Amino acid sequence: MSFLELDGVSVAFGGHTVVAGLSFSLEAGRIGCLLGPSGCGKTTALRAIAGFERLAAGEVRLGGDRLGGPGVHLPPEQRRIGMVFQEHALFPHLTVAENVAFGLRGQEPPRRARRVSELLATIGLERQGGRYPHELSGGQQQRVALARALAPGPRLVLLDEPFASLDADLRERLSLEVRELLAAAGATAVLVTHDQHEAFAMADQVGVMREGRLVQWGRPYDLYHRPGSPFVADFVGQGVFVPGRVVGDGQVEIELGRLRAQAPAPCPRSGCEGGCRVSVLLRPDDVVHDEGAPLRARVVAKAFRGAEFLYTLETAGGSRLLSLVPSHHDHAVGESIGIRLDVDHVVAFHQPPGETAAGPDSRP
Amino acid sequence: MYEFDWSSIRPGLPFLWKGMKVTLYITLVAMAAGIALGTVLAILRMAKNRALAWLSAAYVNTFRSIPLVMVILWFFLLLPAVIERIFSISRQEDTRLTTALVTFSLFQAAYYAEIIRAGIQSVKSGQMGAALALGMTNGQAMRLVVLPQAFRNMAPLLLTQTIILFQDSSLVYVASLADFFGVAGIIGTRDGRQVELYLFAGAVYFVACFILSSLVKRWQNRLKGHA
Repeated sequence: MSFLELDGVSVAFGGHTVVAGLSFSLEAGRIGCLLGPSGCGKTTALRAIAGFERLAAGEVRLGGDRLGGPGVHLPPEQRRIGMVFQEHALFPHLTVAENVAFGLRGQEPPRRARRVSELLATIGLERQGGRYPHELSGGQQQRVALARALAPGPRLVLLDEPFASLDADLRERLSLEVRELLAAAGATAVLVTHDQHEAFAMADQVGVMREGRLVQWGRPYDLYHRPGSPFVADFVGQGVFVPGRVVGDGQVEIELGRLRAQAPAPCPRSGCEGGCRVSVLLRPDDVVHDEGAPLRARVVAKAFRGAEFLYTLETAGGSRLLSLVPSHHDHAVGESIGIRLDVDHVVAFHQPPGETAAGPDSRP
Repeated sequence: MYEFDWSSIRPGLPFLWKGMKVTLYITLVAMAAGIALGTVLAILRMAKNRALAWLSAAYVNTFRSIPLVMVILWFFLLLPAVIERIFSISRQEDTRLTTALVTFSLFQAAYYAEIIRAGIQSVKSGQMGAALALGMTNGQAMRLVVLPQAFRNMAPLLLTQTIILFQDSSLVYVASLADFFGVAGIIGTRDGRQVELYLFAGAVYFVACFILSSLVKRWQNRLKGHA
């Protein structure tokens, strides 16, 4: 049974709808993520779950209790939902230990102290309890914010762009760390981010939002390999669209050959066997470097990524492709290399989204 | 050429000190009461309830738009009558000091309220949200999280306002209350040495305020370096 359920949730500010008909559910102990460009309503959705915004329509349920909905609006302080804010929002006038203890007011001091030291140990800051937030590094502040949110034993933890104020290196490491901390606490959590890598690293379920609506909700793997719309394909991961034609049951012909879909139908529209024009998504990992392959493409640009190169290739027919190649295959720009297509899931859309809807770097 | 004669000051010192105690008393009481009332006014002004916000704004704007001397005169003429009617205190009792305390507290509250409002607004909104998410009520969040930070940020400004209050308290002379300035006037008139006494009083005000202002400035710089 689902633990957190959103059912047609809408939020409006002064007649302007910011979140429209948002529905998803999350099982206990899972981490969900709302992913989308800035201004897509993801933070508002999170604030609505926390109780900071009133619902214009729909319902939010947690463990079967209605938190918000028609005629119901439980104030934030009664929801038992912990929240980690974008800028951490640690209390600067209180020490680290006092920050963590803040949500435990009302408990007897010995029990409170025990819980605080237990949490500080979990986040590896047992010695920093007497420090003030400004004396900590960004990553440490982040962990204190999480410990503070977890302290009262919330039923749900919400994280609003938790790593936005940290640098890229730290972000990667911390997202794994935070995931482990949440898992250790057995917490159910919802995270909001515009960063696909963060979403994939942290979440079991990811929802892509656009203009207040949830476009797709699913496992990261499915979002990446089975995007339901060009927008999702573009926003999640890199890739290019190449023109193609549906030639038969489960097959699409593109310039580089025929692609046979293993699982899903290649064409989203039915009654399309007779040669519909489609655009086909090719991810950088779909295009494999293989010197023995008969297909050739010219290197027009390359980006060194450490472990691999991201090559931008041009085919004889003028199509641009992206290819991810282990970095010991170092080819010069202008060189012609052999490629092979290795497409598990053929993703094709009817509306031509433009030749390179997903550029070499579509991350914001 | 005028011959200065400072001989009235030394024997007048005990009397002047008595006056200074009245000045300090008015300053400290008006500061404490003014900040307390000012905090309430500031919170009301930001309240969701439109009527309360309007009332607070009206209070603050009214007091900030009238000269202090005028307020003092009104209160000294009106307040004793009101107090008499309500508490039926006989006219024999001296209500001047009480009136002064009430006047300055109410007047200063309007100025403190604006400083405190700016201080509360200087605290990031995430702080309130974080406190609510940890189970605090609005009142607790305000008291435990927002106000402590607000007061820390604006303490120098509150002190600067208090220095102004310290100077302005001399205006009670219009009600012939014997504060430091009033006493200087009394001694000066008695001995015919008004110039010397007022110069002396001015020097004392200057030294006290200058030292305090310098301390406030240093404090302010330290707070800035901290943030």
